[in-house]
Amino acid sequence: MSESMTMNQADTLLEISDVSRLFGGGKSLFGKVLPAVHAVQNVNIKVRKGETLGIVGESGCGKSTLARLVVGLDLPTDGAITFAGKDMVAEVKKDRRQMARKVQYVFQDPVASLNPRKKIRTILEAPLIQLLKLNAEEREARLVELMEAVNLAPEFLDRYPHEFSGGQAQRIGIARALAADPELIVLDEPVSALDVSVQAQVLNILDDLKEKFGLTYIFISHDLSVVESISDRVAVMYFGRMVELGDAADVFAEAHHPYSRLLLKSAPVPGRKSMLSEDANTELPDPYNPPPGCAFYARCPRRLDMCTNEAPKLDAAGKKADHLSACFNPENKD
Amino acid sequence: MSETTIETPTKKKKSGGRPSTLRLLLNNTLATAGLVVLAFVFVVALAAPLLPLVNPDVTEPANRLQPLFADGHLLGTDALGRDILSRLIWGTRVSLAVGVSATLIAAFIGSLIGLVAGYAGGRTDNLLMRGIDMIMAFPYILLALAIVAALGPGLLNALYAIAVVNIPFFARNIRGITVGLSRREFVDAARLSGKSNASILFGEILPNVLPVIIITMSTTIGWMILETAGLSFLGLGAQPPQADLGSMLGDGRKILFTAPHVSIIPGVMIFILVMSINLLGDGVRDVLDPRLKSGALARPVMRTAVMRDQVPDIAPQEDATLDMQGLKTEFHVGSDVYKAVGGVDLKVRQGECLGLVGESGSGKSVTAMSIMGLVPTPPGRIVGGAALLEGEDLFSKSDEEIRLLRGLAVSHVFQDPLSTLHPLFTIGDQLVEAIRAHQVISHKDAMARAEELLKTVRIPNPAERLKVYPHELSGGMRQRVCIAMALANDVKLIIADEPTTALDVTVQAQVLSLLNKLRQERNVGILFITHDFGVVSTMCDRIAVMYGGKIVETGTTEEILSSPAHPYTEKLIACVPVLGEPDRRLDAIEGRPPVVNALPDGCAFAERCPYAKDDCRKGDLALTDLGEGRTVRCLYPVSGDKAKQGECDV
Repeated sequence: MSESMTMNQADTLLEISDVSRLFGGGKSLFGKVLPAVHAVQNVNIKVRKGETLGIVGESGCGKSTLARLVVGLDLPTDGAITFAGKDMVAEVKKDRRQMARKVQYVFQDPVASLNPRKKIRTILEAPLIQLLKLNAEEREARLVELMEAVNLAPEFLDRYPHEFSGGQAQRIGIARALAADPELIVLDEPVSALDVSVQAQVLNILDDLKEKFGLTYIFISHDLSVVESISDRVAVMYFGRMVELGDAADVFAEAHHPYSRLLLKSAPVPGRKSMLSEDANTELPDPYNPPPGCAFYARCPRRLDMCTNEAPKLDAAGKKADHLSACFNPENKD
Repeated sequence: MSETTIETPTKKKKSGGRPSTLRLLLNNTLATAGLVVLAFVFVVALAAPLLPLVNPDVTEPANRLQPLFADGHLLGTDALGRDILSRLIWGTRVSLAVGVSATLIAAFIGSLIGLVAGYAGGRTDNLLMRGIDMIMAFPYILLALAIVAALGPGLLNALYAIAVVNIPFFARNIRGITVGLSRREFVDAARLSGKSNASILFGEILPNVLPVIIITMSTTIGWMILETAGLSFLGLGAQPPQADLGSMLGDGRKILFTAPHVSIIPGVMIFILVMSINLLGDGVRDVLDPRLKSGALARPVMRTAVMRDQVPDIAPQEDATLDMQGLKTEFHVGSDVYKAVGGVDLKVRQGECLGLVGESGSGKSVTAMSIMGLVPTPPGRIVGGAALLEGEDLFSKSDEEIRLLRGLAVSHVFQDPLSTLHPLFTIGDQLVEAIRAHQVISHKDAMARAEELLKTVRIPNPAERLKVYPHELSGGMRQRVCIAMALANDVKLIIADEPTTALDVTVQAQVLSLLNKLRQERNVGILFITHDFGVVSTMCDRIAVMYGGKIVETGTTEEILSSPAHPYTEKLIACVPVLGEPDRRLDAIEGRPPVVNALPDGCAFAERCPYAKDDCRKGDLALTDLGEGRTVRCLYPVSGDKAKQGECDV
């Protein structure tokens, strides 16, 4: 899983360059400027072919917005997303189907992402008809293949979503994402709505499928231990920006950014009795009125005066060139 | 993953359980009566051409104004000597036809506008809905009159007028539902499957809106018939000699005193028709409406019904804050009995935190809710066991005594603080209410106490925070307020049901350490319900693991985590990824937990257990005492070495 493949020169499958997404803004009918929120701000990532990129962060940090941008359910207000060299934003505007064949999505809530009034067969057939244009015979064969891939019997095809448990429904969701035979799958909190015993089943299936079909994953979660167990590289997000990016092993063993450190120390671990906690006066900054410098300044134990002047850029702070962090005073400096 | 077997569906069993939609409808006496009457009227109206009726339009001035039961004219004749029975049946036919078709037209056009406006949003939505608003701005009868005046009188024009007048009703209703549905995840999923907007709107959203359209139709059709009659009564609908209920009423109006039956008979018919349709419509709505379906019509009583066959006799123990033994809670739905809790013993000592660990459906929340009688009745009931709070059995107390204990000796902290706090009252008001429910003090003193409480849960700037509403606080702050509320009085036991599951990790850490500190300071017992072993490690002194409505293992946190004795506990720990051990193999538990309305004989976990033998599936297993407060409900408990060995050969 996390034996990081030495893929420094490997092909970049997806490139997110300087992407921002602004919600709200503009002017009202009477010329009043409406408030705006930067859900995602100047994010840069290159996703390598065949890797699993984990994205962690707490609620409101923009990780789900980023996921929706990557699959084209939403368009960035600024910046470019290129998939295998093609401008994705332009492609999606022209014809969603071209992109949907390459990039697919697995939703957080497995039951809500299945239409309650459709049989599983109808749900899984939609991408086969719309994206792959298969005929009835080919579809049938592919359906059986898909169900097998996610360890479900073909008899389930004629059931309705409410007859499934959460884990089974999520496997249907994965099968639907697989149906179009994509290269990249974005998984937005795919196991957080599931019971722990089922979570392991789904994680194991994801691992198998990746190997079998040569997939690339972007795995979004707030659960650090899950991300650690599945990712090759990890990006940590805070308040719409990326604060750290590096090999999973490096980030988890030796995080540079104070926020990443805080996250790791706050996570409950079986067998660990003590738990670090900050002072009570630690709130996320107001999204409508963001601080000028680093958004983490108010909570940061290592803050400097310069932190309030401008937001730090992502760069390599430690020994490794591909372990980046956005901090003026990273943890490994001393 | 080679060990994973393909999951196959279980056989469907369709006996008992939830009654079908039709059965539910027929259970409603009024709706059934409406259905019977309506069906009769429909059949008679449809059969009009086959019945031996005289021509309704043939005048016979010699026989005018015959009374009821006259020879050859059962219901008499009108001012022109036409047979009233015949005109009534033919007239009903016309009224029904107009009412039904107007409803269909209004439903079709209105729903279409609603669907498009709701799905497209933005400018299209604005344009369509403002158009609808304009139609609504006219008094409906005026609008109908204007339309008929413009098109000229006639039945068909009246039909159009009524349909147009009712379009906004459908459009607004359906738009509201569509707006909600089109933001749902399955719509995004359909979009990613390559479906076009039109096929999403009509293929994905429409099927989900259909029940609402049907409900709206069933409640408007009676109204439409009434409006048709109104227009005809004014002479704008059916034109002579054609009979319809409204025009018959209009004809009879002039001779109301000399021959009342001419107008009363169609009047009664309209009454019967509209009444039966409305009764049926209400019945259909009650059955189909998801909000009513989910139990909003069943009003639970304030406390869970206690129906114990026998009351266990437990000697009160000194150090135990809560001593619960043999708790059994069941849900009776239709003919099914869900044994959610099947004999649970729990003991929380003073200042101790007991972790109740289990997956969803294991009965951990029902156990906790049973303590203060918070399980809704119907369908829940406590059928056995006793819960001693400082030596006194809570289940044998009166409703009033329980009400006084809630929030005083025992308080709850729930998972979602936003739905626990009242959105319309300030934090201060809610805290004051919690304090004054149990203490006789002035509002001012209570306010001071509330401020103190906020300080206790380390909310910065407490005096200011008293004045804010719950939505103005972050999730972590809200949960602190809930904890403050739990501490408002002299609390002995806090029942915390997944209090940090909805919070972010950094906030979770804060809330947990706060809870831990408060319990030590105040010597409060905590029953902590969770599924997360990491959280358990930081919080709890002892753990009870639940599965299938029973406790399967208890012991101290360290012992259970380091050497679980029950195979389920072992598996549950093994299947969770642990921070700092990325290469750990995740051991998924195959199969699914048992359904509590069909629990297997013997051990509930036997089906999924790698060590299960034949005798595991027979009889009731008792909790075995392993010494030092450890108990396990297993015939072949896992020991340290076996656990390791087991992990290798699974």
